[in-house]
Amino acid sequence: MSERVVIEAQELSKVYHMGKTEVHALRGVSIQVREGEMIAIMGPSGSGKSTLMAILGALDVPTGGRYWLEGEEISRMSDRELAIIRNERIGFVFQQFNLLPRNTILANVTLPLIYGGVGARERRERAAKMLEMVGLGDRLGHKPTELSGGEQQRVAIARALVNEPAIVLADEPTGNLDTKTGAEIMSLFKRLHQERGITLIIVTHDPEVAAQTERVIYLRDGRVVEPPEGLLTGAKPQEVDDGHPEDD
Amino acid sequence: MGTRKTIKRRGAGINIGQNVWIALDAMMANKLRSALTMLGVIIGVCAVVSLLSVGRGAEAAITEQIEGVGTNLITIIPGGQVTSVTATSGHNLTLADAEAIEAEVRHIVAVAPEFRLSAQVAFEDNGMDTLVIGEMPEYAVIRNLEPAIGRFISQDDVDGRERVAVLGSQAADELFGGLNPIGRTIRINNVRFEVIGVLAEQGAVGMFNPNTYIYVPLSTAYRKLASGRGVTGGEYLVSTIMIRAETQEAIDDVIAQVESILRRRHRLDPDEDDDFTVISQQELLGMATSITSTMTVFLAAIAGVSLLVGGIGIMNITLVSVTERTKEIGIRKAVGAQRWHILAQFLIETVVLSATGGLIGIALSGAILAAINSTGALSADLSPEAILIGFGFSVLVGVFFGLYPANRAASLHPIEALRYE
Repeated sequence: MSERVVIEAQELSKVYHMGKTEVHALRGVSIQVREGEMIAIMGPSGSGKSTLMAILGALDVPTGGRYWLEGEEISRMSDRELAIIRNERIGFVFQQFNLLPRNTILANVTLPLIYGGVGARERRERAAKMLEMVGLGDRLGHKPTELSGGEQQRVAIARALVNEPAIVLADEPTGNLDTKTGAEIMSLFKRLHQERGITLIIVTHDPEVAAQTERVIYLRDGRVVEPPEGLLTGAKPQEVDDGHPEDD
Repeated sequence: MGTRKTIKRRGAGINIGQNVWIALDAMMANKLRSALTMLGVIIGVCAVVSLLSVGRGAEAAITEQIEGVGTNLITIIPGGQVTSVTATSGHNLTLADAEAIEAEVRHIVAVAPEFRLSAQVAFEDNGMDTLVIGEMPEYAVIRNLEPAIGRFISQDDVDGRERVAVLGSQAADELFGGLNPIGRTIRINNVRFEVIGVLAEQGAVGMFNPNTYIYVPLSTAYRKLASGRGVTGGEYLVSTIMIRAETQEAIDDVIAQVESILRRRHRLDPDEDDDFTVISQQELLGMATSITSTMTVFLAAIAGVSLLVGGIGIMNITLVSVTERTKEIGIRKAVGAQRWHILAQFLIETVVLSATGGLIGIALSGAILAAINSTGALSADLSPEAILIGFGFSVLVGVFFGLYPANRAASLHPIEALRYE
């Protein structure tokens, strides 16, 4: 794909205080993601996947370590700067779709452009184009509740892509979908990845989902570890697209 | 690849019109809740606007009344200013004082001493209690009075101590109904008087309604009606002395002359306070207006309390709404909403809610005032000032009581907001 590093994270740690006890969600995670990669983050519950995803997505800041996104250090940014980073560089796809139920799907996809200060006409055009790309070009005026789960997730993907972000973070994107619909969403991801060169990070429990990515980062107890043997049936863990050297 | 464009857009990415639209949409989606939330503001604004308008209406009526009488008028009443503790020395203004003023003071048109007493008045079986005023003919000149029918008291009536009476328009109605009173006989405290005139209707000032008064010659009042109360130490007491100055500019000079004459006649030492009070029509106007404005502002302030309660209602509902919409806030933050975007969104919602309540309150107040006007008791129109104040306060209430919930929403951590179910 490309030699350009999009994500550079060094020794990320995150400590939560739950009353008197300290919870170490991350204990020194270092990863690197290149432009155009499609990777999976896996690991059992409590391994720190969600925390890592929140930090990579600029929703939260690490307690320790440093994180650069496209060469800009964002581990020490203010709330306002983080909001701008989320708006311009990151697209989220959630398990629960997380669409605004009262707004039309067009309005939902326009949302990031509104906060990005894009003019009304351009917003509409870009959002409509994105919805067309995910195959919902004829449903612009519908409310999310009028759509199936798979269609709602495609709206969420359109919303994630509309600002042309540096990375797309998907948190269990197929977790709420049946197998067939889940497979459709995954093939949409793969198509977008191939056609548009999107850098995609998928957090998942599902080995079948992980098997469709190019590389798996496996977390256990807040650290990056080797995936267990035979985790990905039919896929070779740590196998990388064009064989450039692995980080970590 | 090269598809990535790093476009930095950090402009003001929030559209007020769109937020107002979203807020209206949310309001319509929860009609009952919105209506109940607005109720406090509706009632508050309605009360404030109505009271302000009624107050302004009353003020205008009083001003019109007082100005109608003429601004060259000076009134002297016995007793010092109310502010002075020592100066309540009762009836000490005499007919001789009035005569001295008439003889000595320059730049005056006329002087009219009057003597007031309450009396029972009857025509056949119709009776009423009212104020009977002993008057001089000059009174008609001073007050610009025109009898509607008949004539006013003449100098001959006074000289001859004639038992004649002039009725206020309402007194005539009550005693005679539709009958023409001229030439008929009424009894005032059982003394027979012939009616010689009825005055045209005059505007009422607060609780003073001159239309119910009955006027008789001053001399007759002392002789036939006062039964001794009008005289003390050989001097005729008067209730009021009215003076008309030649011009408005002469008023200050006339007042000074009057004061010096009265102080001399009452033998007041230089360090003693006046034992009489001189009020010009201008002062009366100022006093009446300031009393009505104070009352108006006071009542409106009380009404403002309900506006405050309405604001608390809005704050309460908005807090609930923030909790309900935690997930939405999380989503908005995830796609890049900054703190102030969320703050503005919720503030606009509360302002739209309270301003809509304000507009409804103003409309309601307009309906109430129209109803009051149609009874004819008072003429009060929705004043632009009252509308502005009512609307302004409703917007302020929205901002003030929206700030806390909006700030709460804006301060939510994106991760926690997203996880909220």
